[in-house]
Amino acid sequence: MSDSTSQETPAPSAAEVPLCEMRNIKVAFGGLHAVDGVSIDLYPGEVVALVGGNGAGKSTLVHTLSGAHPADSGVILINGQPVVINNPRDARAHGIEVIYQKLALADNIDAAGNVFLGRELVTRTGSLDDEGMDSATRKLMQRLNPRFRNLKTAVRSLSGGQRQSVAIARAVHFNARILIMDEPTAALGPAETSQVSELITQLKAEGIGIFLISHDIHDVFDLADRISVMLQGKLVGTVNKADVTKDEVLAMIIVGKMPADVSSEEMAGLHGSGPS
Amino acid sequence: MTEAVPAVHTGRGEETSRRWRDFVTNSGIDTRLLGMILALAVIWIGFDVMSSGKFITSRNLWNLSVQSVSIGVMATGMVLIIVTRNIDLSVGSLLGFLGYNMALIQTQGKISILGLNLTIDSLKEHHWYTWILALAVGMLLGALIGLLQGSLVAYVGVPAFIVTLGGFLAWRGLIFRTGGTKGQTLSPMDSTFQYLGGAPERSLGVAKTWVVVIVVCAGLVSSIVLARRRRIRHGLDPRAKAMDVGFAVGGSIAVFLGVWLIAIKYKSPSTGKSVGLAYPVLILIVVTMLMTYLARRRRFGRYVYAYGGNPEAAELGGINTRRTIASTYALMGMLCAVSAAIQTARLNSATTNLGVQNELDVIAAAVIGGTSFSGGVGTIPGAVLGAVVMQSLRSGMSLLNIDSPSQDIVVGVVLVTAVAIDALLRVRNRRGMLGALAGGVLVAAWVIQTGRP
Repeated sequence: MSDSTSQETPAPSAAEVPLCEMRNIKVAFGGLHAVDGVSIDLYPGEVVALVGGNGAGKSTLVHTLSGAHPADSGVILINGQPVVINNPRDARAHGIEVIYQKLALADNIDAAGNVFLGRELVTRTGSLDDEGMDSATRKLMQRLNPRFRNLKTAVRSLSGGQRQSVAIARAVHFNARILIMDEPTAALGPAETSQVSELITQLKAEGIGIFLISHDIHDVFDLADRISVMLQGKLVGTVNKADVTKDEVLAMIIVGKMPADVSSEEMAGLHGSGPS
Repeated sequence: MTEAVPAVHTGRGEETSRRWRDFVTNSGIDTRLLGMILALAVIWIGFDVMSSGKFITSRNLWNLSVQSVSIGVMATGMVLIIVTRNIDLSVGSLLGFLGYNMALIQTQGKISILGLNLTIDSLKEHHWYTWILALAVGMLLGALIGLLQGSLVAYVGVPAFIVTLGGFLAWRGLIFRTGGTKGQTLSPMDSTFQYLGGAPERSLGVAKTWVVVIVVCAGLVSSIVLARRRRIRHGLDPRAKAMDVGFAVGGSIAVFLGVWLIAIKYKSPSTGKSVGLAYPVLILIVVTMLMTYLARRRRFGRYVYAYGGNPEAAELGGINTRRTIASTYALMGMLCAVSAAIQTARLNSATTNLGVQNELDVIAAAVIGGTSFSGGVGTIPGAVLGAVVMQSLRSGMSLLNIDSPSQDIVVGVVLVTAVAIDALLRVRNRRGMLGALAGGVLVAAWVIQTGRP
C-alpha cells in the first residue's frame, strides 16, 4: 500500500472529458444567493477539494449534485452528457454516492441494513433478503475494515471509525463513479483518519472521482489534487495543490483573491485574523 | 431491536458483559420480551395467590384471552405509528364510528358515506355473505379515514397529535349524524357476525382448535428451518443447532400446552364439550403474525423503522417517507375496523360510546410492550403482550372486587414503571432500573391490597 500522501497528479489535459462538470449552478433561498453561478469539474481518479468558510455555499453546491436539493438553474454533465438530478435516487442512478458528515445512518438498524438502506435486496416473494444483504456486507467489510466483525448490532453501538466504514461501504458497494465526501475525517482520530486516506488512494486508483468538502486545510493538502475555493456563494477559483501554498489557499478563503492578486500586506494580515 | 450499548469497554467485567450482549444479539433472543413474559407470570401467580386459586383457571384465562383481543389488535398498528415518531389519538372514536357503520349495514341494510345512504334491503336478512360485506366495508372505510389522517400528517405537515386529536372529536361526533338514526343504539348483529364476539358457545371447538395448533406449530418450525437454510445458502454461519432446535421444540410445546390448558380444558357449562379457541383470539393470532411479518420481513417495515431511527437518513436513502407514514395510518384504520367488529359482535349492539378511552389503553399496551416515543424502537409481539399484561391486571383486580378507579391507578402506575425501566436500562443504570421496578411493584401492590373490600 503506497504511503498516505497523495502522489502529484498533473492537471488533466483539455482533451479529456470530465467525469463530472457543474456549469453556472445557482441556488437561492428566498433572497439569499447561497450558490451564485459556480462552475467546477472533476476528472476520473482525482480528488477535488471544495473549501470555504461557513456559509460559503459548499454544502449547498454539493446538494445539487447529490439530489438533496436541486439547483435553481445551471447544468450538470456526467461524462459530457447533461443530466437531471431532482432527488437522491436520480443521483445514485448516475453513479453519484454521498458520504454525509453525519453519515446518514439509521442508528437502530444494523450495518447490513444501513448499507442497503432504500435499496434493499428482496427475495422472489418480495420479502427482505436479510441473509443476502448480510453476506454482501461481510464481503465488503473484509476489504474495508477487516477487524469489524460483529455486523448484527445496531449501528448506534459502533465506534466512529466503524460507522464511517459502514457509510463508505454503502457508497462503494453501489459502484459509485463520483463520490462526495463531506468532512470525512471530522469525527475521527489519527489512526482512523489514515485509514480513510488509504481508502481514498485506493478509490482513486479505480478511477473514481471524489469531491471532498473540508474545513481543515491540512486534510485538504494531504488528500486533494485540486482545490476549488468558494466565498459567499461565488467561486474564487480552482488551483492545483502542487502549485500553491497553504497560506495562498487561506488567502483565497478569507480574502477571496487568487494568489496572483493578493498583496503582501493582505498575506501578512492573514494569521492575525486567524483561519476560519 | 437491541438496546443501546456504549462503545467504550474497559476491564474484564465489561468484556464478559459485551460477549453476553453479542450472544444475545446473534441468537435473536428478545430480552425485553422475555422480561415481559416473566412479569406476566409474576402477575398471574400473584393474582392466583391473592384470589385463592381463582385466577389460573382455564375459564378465567380463556376470558382473559378474549378480552385482550380488541386492544391487542389495535396495539399492533399503534407500534408502527409510534415507531415513526407519531401518535394516533383518534383510535377509540374511529372504532366507535366504524362499529356503528358496520352495525348499520346489518340492522338496516344501510351503507352510509358522507351523509349519502345506500340502502340494500336484502342485507337486513341473514345471508352467508352479510358478515363479510359488513367487515369489508368497515375495513375499507377505516383504511380511507386512516389514509386521510395520515396524509394530513405526512403531506400537509399537520402534527400527528393535532390531526388525531381532531379525529378523536370528529369521528365520535359523526356517529350521531350517521345513517339518520340520531345515535340510536343498533342491535342485533347478523348471526354469523356474532361469532366474532367470542362467546364460549360460538367458538372453534376441539377439532378446529387442534388444526390451528398444528398450523401455528408448522409455521413456527418451518420459519426456523427456512431461515437456517437461507443463512447456509449465503455462506453465513447459522445459529447454533441447539438453539434452533430449542426454539422450534420449545415454541411448539408452549403453543400446544397453552392452547390445551386454556381452550381445550375449558368446557362449556351448557354443552359440557371443550370450547376451543375463541374466534377473536384466532383473529389476534393471525393479525399478530401478519403484522410481525410486515414489520420484520418487508421493505415497508424496514422503512418504518429506518424513518423512526433517523428520518433524515431515510429521506437521503431515497425512501418515500411520506407514503410510508400515510400507510401506517391507513393500516391503523383497518385494524380499528377489525376491533370494532369484535366489540360490536361481543356486545351484539353498537352504541355511541363504543371504544371510548380505547386509544389510551392501546397506546399504553404498545408502550408497556417496549415501544418508545423517541422512535425506531418497539416490537409487535411486545405490544400484544402489553395488552395481555394490562388486561391481566384488570381481570385480576376484578376478581378481587377492586373498584374501577383503583384499577385505573394501578394501570397508571404500571405504565409509568414500565417506561421508567426502559429509560434506565437505556443508559445502563441497572441499580436505578431495579429501584424503579421495586418502587412500582410496591405502590401497585399497596393500591391493590388496600383496594380490596
